[in-house]
Amino acid sequence: MIHPIPSGTRDVLPDETREARAITDALRGVFERHGYGEVYTPALEYESVLARADMAEAQPAYRVFDESGAVLVLRSDMTVPIARVVATRYASAELPLRFCYFAHCYRGVAPARGQPRELLQAGIELIGSPAPDGTAEALTVLCHALDATGLKGYSVGLGDASLFPALMATLQVPEQARDGLLEALVMRDFVELERRIDESGLSGEPAELLLEVPQRRGGPELLGDAPAEAAEAVTGLRRVLELLEPAIAARVIVDFGLVRNIGYYTGAVFDVYDPALGAPLGGGGRYDELLGRFGRRLPAVGFALGVDRLHLALAGEERGTGALLARAVDTDGSVPA
Amino acid sequence: MTPLDGLTIAVPRGALFDGTVELLGALGLDTAELRSNDRKLLFEEIGVITMRPSDVPTYVEAGAADLGITGKDVLLEQGSWGPGGEDGRKVYELLDLGFGRCTMVLAGKAGPDPAAEALRRLGVMRVATKYPRIAARHLEETGRQAEIVEVKGSVELAPLTGMVEAIVDLTATGTTLRENNLVVREEIVECTARLIANPVSYKLKAAAIDELRARLRELPVPSER
Repeated sequence: MIHPIPSGTRDVLPDETREARAITDALRGVFERHGYGEVYTPALEYESVLARADMAEAQPAYRVFDESGAVLVLRSDMTVPIARVVATRYASAELPLRFCYFAHCYRGVAPARGQPRELLQAGIELIGSPAPDGTAEALTVLCHALDATGLKGYSVGLGDASLFPALMATLQVPEQARDGLLEALVMRDFVELERRIDESGLSGEPAELLLEVPQRRGGPELLGDAPAEAAEAVTGLRRVLELLEPAIAARVIVDFGLVRNIGYYTGAVFDVYDPALGAPLGGGGRYDELLGRFGRRLPAVGFALGVDRLHLALAGEERGTGALLARAVDTDGSVPA
Repeated sequence: MTPLDGLTIAVPRGALFDGTVELLGALGLDTAELRSNDRKLLFEEIGVITMRPSDVPTYVEAGAADLGITGKDVLLEQGSWGPGGEDGRKVYELLDLGFGRCTMVLAGKAGPDPAAEALRRLGVMRVATKYPRIAARHLEETGRQAEIVEVKGSVELAPLTGMVEAIVDLTATGTTLRENNLVVREEIVECTARLIANPVSYKLKAAAIDELRARLRELPVPSER
């Protein structure tokens, strides 16, 4: 008899569990060595509480009513629940606070795309440690954790969520055009970005910069000849890079156009790429205003890795046949033969 | 190394094929076999894979190709990162290649508009299309209730048989519409061929992709047949 389970969910049987456990054990070891204490929070939360955060694309997708009619949601990430925990249970604790988690999160899916409804995320949150030191610590833990799983070819894209808005402000993009330009960038649609820049009446060098700067990505040399209009964000990125040990700095791709589709990021943002997979393994960034929404204003940074994606990338590297693995990558040395 | 600098590109068979091959030839690719052998799918030695245009975003999103060329109509139907675009194909759109220009239109039978009558008397119009997302979005944005009927083949048949009052379809010259006694009621969006990229390739192969994009940008737009 076949009894179905919802699409995008699955039963994890011993072979897979054993491999996934090896990955999470490796990650947990690194998180704990860096002083991050593991927390569990409920999978069900009050909708009204989580709604304090701007989740943009990662909105909770599943709602139920409890016995008294209150709306409960299945959490869609762990950053917001941990922000709630900090405000509620650590209201006067000494800073910084370091938490790690291994938790299932729940997302809505498109029909027939095989997307996961339930995904296991592994991550950390570092609360009360501002840029650049906090950001550098998060990146260091991220790379040590990935190294511990045995992943070889990964790179970390590093950008700043404030860079493009700052660029628009200093180049005096008309107020009413700014949302449209940012939206085109979030859509990763440079054709539309060019059209909207044109439409906003900008021309010459400002138009050129708005189109070209978010397409810059590569080594740290990008920071050297960055336009003055983006100076603040670029200086922030340089400070972070200076604090990284060389082996970690070598993993970083500076990316002026990096955007993440969750609304609460404020400063540095990062994405993890591996040539064995066609999509990022995870990412994170600074969310210096999120804690304030829960009543305790604190700078914070964190990241989450998709354990299943990490598993896929490791398997791809092992077979030498991942998505882009057969083909050349800019950073030649870091790809396994 | 191929002229594509180790990149793999997904090339659409069909209406965009000739223009695409012309561009690849101008980049220095040996396209002789690509032109002559329309059964072969994988041209590893020149970094090309061929497929129907609507499959291009699928292969590019998965990373099976670093780059792809497909119509904006396909991207509008399948791709989106924005709010409400959770189910969209996650690809970067890098360049408008300018060829394969055609228009997405709402069309119906010539003479009195049966769609207007349906809306007035029944409150809803029936629309046949191969592009259900584009059609639904357009009708919603223009404040009309519509029943979208998805068809796979000749859309022109649907209004002629009375199954629907209008169609949403792509037209280049309007000939097929005219031959079937259909007229354009509304132009929805103009579509051209676009260069798209896998999000991870776009970061990890930045130098090669940027150079290719810059060279494509400088090339003249392929001639329309």
